[in-house]
Amino acid sequence: MPSWDEKRAGEIIDAHKAMEGATLPILHAVQDAFGFITDRAIEMIADALNLSRAEVHGVVSFYHDFRRAPAGPHVIRLCRAEACQAMGADKLAQQMRETLGVDWHGTTTDGRVTLEPVFCLGLCSCAPAAMLDGKVMGRVDHAKLTAATLTGSTRVKA
Amino acid sequence: MTVRIFIPSDAAAVALGADEVAAAMAREAVARGVNLTIIRTGSYGLTWLEPLVDVETAIGRVAYGPVNPTDVAGLFDAKFFEGGAHPLSVGRIDDHPFMKSQIRHTFSRCGRIDPLSLADYRGAGGLRGLAQAVKLGPDATLAAVTESGLRGRGGAGFPTGIKWKTVKDAKADLKYIVCNADEGDSGTFSDRMIMEGDPFAVIEGMVIAGLATGATRGYIYIRSEYPGAVACMTRAIQIARTDGLLGVAFDMDVRVGAGAYICGEETSLLESLEGRRGQVRAKPPLPAHAGLFGKPTAVNNVITLASVPAILAEGADKYKSLGTGRSLGTIPIQLAGNVKYAGLYEAPFGMTLGQLVMDIGGGTESGRPVRAVQVGGPLGAYFPVSLFDTPFDYEAFAGLGGLIGHAGVVVFDDTVDLARQARFAMEFCAIESCGKCTPCRIGSVRGQEVIDRILKGVEVDKHIALLEDLCSTLKLGSLCALGGFVPFPVLSALTHFPEDFRARPRSLADVA
Ligand SMILES: Cc1cc2nc3c(=O)[nH]c(=O)nc-3n(C[C@H](O)[C@H](O)[C@H](O)COP(=O)(O)O)c2cc1C
Ligand code: SF4
Ligand code: FES
Repeated sequence: MPSWDEKRAGEIIDAHKAMEGATLPILHAVQDAFGFITDRAIEMIADALNLSRAEVHGVVSFYHDFRRAPAGPHVIRLCRAEACQAMGADKLAQQMRETLGVDWHGTTTDGRVTLEPVFCLGLCSCAPAAMLDGKVMGRVDHAKLTAATLTGSTRVKA
Repeated sequence: MTVRIFIPSDAAAVALGADEVAAAMAREAVARGVNLTIIRTGSYGLTWLEPLVDVETAIGRVAYGPVNPTDVAGLFDAKFFEGGAHPLSVGRIDDHPFMKSQIRHTFSRCGRIDPLSLADYRGAGGLRGLAQAVKLGPDATLAAVTESGLRGRGGAGFPTGIKWKTVKDAKADLKYIVCNADEGDSGTFSDRMIMEGDPFAVIEGMVIAGLATGATRGYIYIRSEYPGAVACMTRAIQIARTDGLLGVAFDMDVRVGAGAYICGEETSLLESLEGRRGQVRAKPPLPAHAGLFGKPTAVNNVITLASVPAILAEGADKYKSLGTGRSLGTIPIQLAGNVKYAGLYEAPFGMTLGQLVMDIGGGTESGRPVRAVQVGGPLGAYFPVSLFDTPFDYEAFAGLGGLIGHAGVVVFDDTVDLARQARFAMEFCAIESCGKCTPCRIGSVRGQEVIDRILKGVEVDKHIALLEDLCSTLKLGSLCALGGFVPFPVLSALTHFPEDFRARPRSLADVA
């Protein structure tokens, strides 16, 4: 993930600011580029859209997707919702938290893996479901998910 | 001669390895000098057979599944590309009992065509509805939608024709159609499947909605958990624009949500589209009068909109001849969770819950007895087997303290603990509350604490009474159905499964 680059951020904001209701598209684009939303980004977005910083901050904090701090290079999103619960998601979540040594939203001590809960991935007919670095996975179990996380980490450079 | 084979790019198929299978098929074909064209499609919705490989043969499409990359060499040995016999053969997909017993009104093309080919779409009946709407003009188009009996598939079941008429009658310089693709309800995936498998049907439905109401601008608000659907809809919109289907009388864009369940509620969705926190607006005004940016707006679910083209093409009479009571037409039911034949099953309203879970779904995947079925997402009630004769119909479910919602059916076996499910409902409400109403924001946290006491066996009767009180406060004191309906899962668990709350096995660990 490239580090913060004010010029690049400005270009992203400029490219989106004429859209109707541009706040979310800009926040998504900034987060896609830098991995999280910095204070400076909030300031720049507020200026560009004629909003107060508090307003932009309020938007960022409302939505579960937006981060104020970087995640690990690998993000596991594990479904916690009912169809997955019916197929053992609670136990799987417990196992993954133990394996990774983190709670929800936590990042492993080596900084490589972040565990996020998600409430339904629309993969409820192949539960339990997960998403690893944006890749969908169905009928996962502890062994599969652990293996994928480990091989995944050789694939992606921090 | 080249053989055409079809492999889904639907997220569930991909989650089960469809991309790897497609790659292995392509490699093997080259290695063996077999002339194959691989076409990526949506999914038919027989998820237990995914990845499903469908082959065009002289006798129609013949399917094989579930295919692993390791099966590929054997399939070539068996000449699957000529429809050859193989243990994974499921025969002609149209003859499969799960498909054959459906009436695929909305999902007629899903799984069959290249989702991003307008030529395929036209060839399979697409754009006939729009042609009919153009011929009929706005008034008669609206009348046909009203006449069909179509009700909103997003959950509330509001008659679509009436909503459109309100927007049509509103005077404004600009009107919007907003397609609600937030699909937050657990156990549901029909919106995702149609966006990935037949996106032009959604677009055609929106264009018709624009024609009927006088709206010229549209948005489709897709949840961020669906990157595949976002990509497919975005691409389909570009193609439709190049073709002139969009950009002339009506144009639309994709907007992506940001992980907030409440943004499926229509006013919260509009706030989010306008770039704000997704807090629910008080009604009135109705979005149909003052919606997006204060303009008259029809907010409709993906399936509602995708059902419109075929209603116009085939006639309102045909649609309303299906179904039961005031629930007319077909409903794409999503069988999910612990169920053997999980997937999408489109049928006229009126089948019983038991038929769906046992006959179509085949009971549990685990092989254990079914104990509870949650219908309609996280705000839907838990049903016991004794209510399996309930027909799938808006009014029948409402009459039993439940809802159909977006038609997700989540099956649990006898290892489920309904007190824990009730607790989860409260936890979910607390996590996803928009924060506007105290009962929803604070009451849901209190609800978890109360259930925790019950789980520990502490003053159970008193805490059950407290929980019931809390549920009435939530029902009465909530602005929207998140707080207002969370009593459905909680109270249904309490009513139908009291033993999970009262006679809990006690151990020191439970009490400690
Ligand atoms: C908490 C909550 C969540 C909702 N989520 C969705 C959703 O994800 N998708 C949807 O279409 N409707 C959802 N709805 C219903 C919408 O508010 C609205 O009724 C619907 O989009 C209208 O379209 P329809 O008439 O075509 O159903 C939700 C409602 C509530 C109260
Ligand atoms: S019930 Fe909950 S989600 Fe709905 S408006 Fe009130 S606080 Fe927001
Ligand atoms: S409930 Fe887990 S993917 Fe839908």
